[in-house]
Amino acid sequence: MSKTFSKNDFKLISETKLGTRPIHRGYAMRTLYVNVGTREVKDKPVSEAMKKHFVGGKGFGLRLLWDGTKASTKWNDPENEIVIAMGPVCGNTNYPGSGKSLVVSLSPMTGVPIDSNVGGYFGPYLKFGGWDALELQGKSDREVIVYIDSNEGLVQLYEAPADIEQDTHLLAEQLTHAFAKDEKDLQSVAVVSAGRGADHSPMGLLNFSLYDKRRQGVRVKQAGRGGIGTVLRDKKIRAVVGRFAGVSQNLNDAADPAAVQRVGLKLHREIIVNDDKQCKMRRQGTAHLMEVMNDYDLLPTKNHKYGQDPRGPEIASWVWEKLFSQKLPDGCWFGCTMACAHAVDHFELKTGPYKGTKVCVDGPEYETAAGVGSNLYVYDPHGILELNFYCDTYGIDTISFGTMTGFLMECWEHGILNKERTDGIDLSWGNWEGAAQILHDMADGKRFGVLAGKGVKFLAEYFAKEYGADAQFMKDIALHGKGLEQSEYISKESLAQQGGYYLTNKGPQHDEAWLIFMDMVNNRIPTFENKAEALHYFPMFRTWFGLQGLCKLPWNDVEPADNAKWPEPNKVPEHVANYRELYTAITGEPLDWDGLIRMSEKVYNFQRVFNVRQGGGHRKDDYPPYRAMGPVLEDEYVAREERYDKQMKEKIGIDPAGKSVAEKVKITREFRLKQYDSLIDAVFKRRGWTSDGCPTPEHLKELEIDFPEVLAVVNDRIAGKA
Amino acid sequence: MIKYLKLHDDKCVGCMTCTATCSRLYAKVDDPAKSRIQVLPAGSGRFHLVACDQECRKCVAECPVQAITVNSQGVVMINKNLCVGCLACVAVCPIDAMRFFPAEPVPFKCVACGACVKTCPKDALEIAEKADSPQSREYLELAAAVQQGGRK
Repeated sequence: MSKTFSKNDFKLISETKLGTRPIHRGYAMRTLYVNVGTREVKDKPVSEAMKKHFVGGKGFGLRLLWDGTKASTKWNDPENEIVIAMGPVCGNTNYPGSGKSLVVSLSPMTGVPIDSNVGGYFGPYLKFGGWDALELQGKSDREVIVYIDSNEGLVQLYEAPADIEQDTHLLAEQLTHAFAKDEKDLQSVAVVSAGRGADHSPMGLLNFSLYDKRRQGVRVKQAGRGGIGTVLRDKKIRAVVGRFAGVSQNLNDAADPAAVQRVGLKLHREIIVNDDKQCKMRRQGTAHLMEVMNDYDLLPTKNHKYGQDPRGPEIASWVWEKLFSQKLPDGCWFGCTMACAHAVDHFELKTGPYKGTKVCVDGPEYETAAGVGSNLYVYDPHGILELNFYCDTYGIDTISFGTMTGFLMECWEHGILNKERTDGIDLSWGNWEGAAQILHDMADGKRFGVLAGKGVKFLAEYFAKEYGADAQFMKDIALHGKGLEQSEYISKESLAQQGGYYLTNKGPQHDEAWLIFMDMVNNRIPTFENKAEALHYFPMFRTWFGLQGLCKLPWNDVEPADNAKWPEPNKVPEHVANYRELYTAITGEPLDWDGLIRMSEKVYNFQRVFNVRQGGGHRKDDYPPYRAMGPVLEDEYVAREERYDKQMKEKIGIDPAGKSVAEKVKITREFRLKQYDSLIDAVFKRRGWTSDGCPTPEHLKELEIDFPEVLAVVNDRIAGKA
Repeated sequence: MIKYLKLHDDKCVGCMTCTATCSRLYAKVDDPAKSRIQVLPAGSGRFHLVACDQECRKCVAECPVQAITVNSQGVVMINKNLCVGCLACVAVCPIDAMRFFPAEPVPFKCVACGACVKTCPKDALEIAEKADSPQSREYLELAAAVQQGGRK
């Protein structure tokens, strides 16, 4: 049992009263700035121009980050920021999936801006105090807790006591109790924290808590990607705590609250009726995808070498359904009837510092079950749960960790790693205890885990240099783009999905585009132009969720029963209409479909220019490692020989007969690399970028984001000066 | 035991006295849209009465903030101070007995107060009691199963 604190036990460093401000039609029109280094705390007005061009959420985050940093800023410079921003739709309680916060920072993994979306109560609570965003800047000289009371309009900085817990499952619980006025107030407190792992690895994440009344405990959702937890810890912020009591139906001050109710209720009912027949999100969450992906050869297996294994059913959705506590309103924000944030209760840990204790494991979600499950050849649900739990509480991204450990296990298989090099850890496929030991090392900041935790980009170069591993092989199997580990779908057989992963601003994640079924299974986008159009539309459309503070799962993880009858059913047109109606009902501003895409296009292009400013945003930054594009190894080819031979004959126009496997691997590789190059050309053209991937001044003008500081960056790049 | 409003469709003549009584009592207007009991035309001069049976308790299980609870008489109650107005309860109610009025923040439902029983001219309504059922207890069991007790 951990020590109990009251907030009076913490030494108050500073206190700033900025007052509260009611939201008007989705906006507070001010943001909160906190510098933990200089202790400056102030509010900043939001201009009409800011609202027009950057909308909210991720758009506000990127703009504030741009203004707060310089071209030379590195992730661990004091001026790097963590911006948590919500968006105008965020915080409504009627439309499922309306509680997302968007977190933006210069990533320790990629050096360019990362944005990561997360549920939990912190974002909406912050907003209800009258804030559209929170900027955290500076580096503290001691461990601090930032406390924002949205009822009192108060910001306090506290010194975190030395004996407070560091891992999230204990720390968030301690802080929730310390800052709640009484037992009834526990749900009013939300904590943002990382964990000890984030102190020692660039793949640190942020946990956003939600107090679960039924479980009488704290649960967490993660802003997982890109290492923002590492930035938090670098700033010596132990936690950011928000409090707001009194959530009610229309704190957004919607222009038409009845319309918000109507469109929300429509989707609630659709979910209640259809979910059981469709994705079963209410029972299984995103883990419903497990067997689907395994069946289609898309479930990462052994570091994305394969997409399928006969053991797949051992970690299928029905296994998780039995483990998850059922029939509970497991939403990560109030009013989300999709309720996919499932948990395994009373789970007894078998390893590490908390061995023998019973905990509530938040998840696993699909990406976690695939990343630390099949990708490591782990088919023991217990092992997956253990890795899931420790990743969360140590503040480590399960996706990066899963992809990184898959890489390590493949290196072990090829003899590049051995027990001398891993400090005794056996990294044979399937050995989840070995993977768990890496995690415990990462938390302790000792032994092999510290090296491992640096991520696959670093490791691939390191193993080539230090252990004499084949440099090209290392490059081929280190699944990352720009330094960020790829998330958990096999992209080899879908050129469009390779683009979906790697023709992205922040690196290969599953936020921007998911085109595998459309491309590979249903063959709806056969030409380069079709694919380029999809790689324009879907990233733009999906970016819009991040501008509003919305979750994208209720967009297409449930569908109207007649969705297939509509043109372009993969866009779920009725739901797009819902979103337009919701936006207008809250903000009072009209919005058509083109306008929705245009909102995103502004921010998406701004983010690209931001990459350019930080030295990225080149064409060369947008290539996948070959493992994400095709078979690297001969046995990898042989395992799917019939498929690859057929493609060689039909698509490449070469008869595979009589050719050695090595030759066939080479021919396939050359063809696929060329295909990808053609795809880049088509996509960059469609997006209004140069062939090197830089938005053109004309395109920026057309989007009305041709601000002098933005134009200066692209002009320098195009002139070859940067 | 569960206290509830027992409905006798066969005796209802559709006079709407019950809805007037209910909406005047709780919403201070005579408006069937704000009544906790509904009188729905069922054709051929017949009517169908709708009010919460207090037993299924799907709304209790669904409420994300535990604003919907069951009182000592077995009646499902909404705590207006806790309600966040998400209307998930409205969506899960299998008989549309959980209602809301556009742009008003909190939904409403029959609490078996019996006011309408007193004014119904045809004895179509009565306050009755029934035994707990496995379904009516489920929400309690679900919450008890996940309590982390001692985790702190």
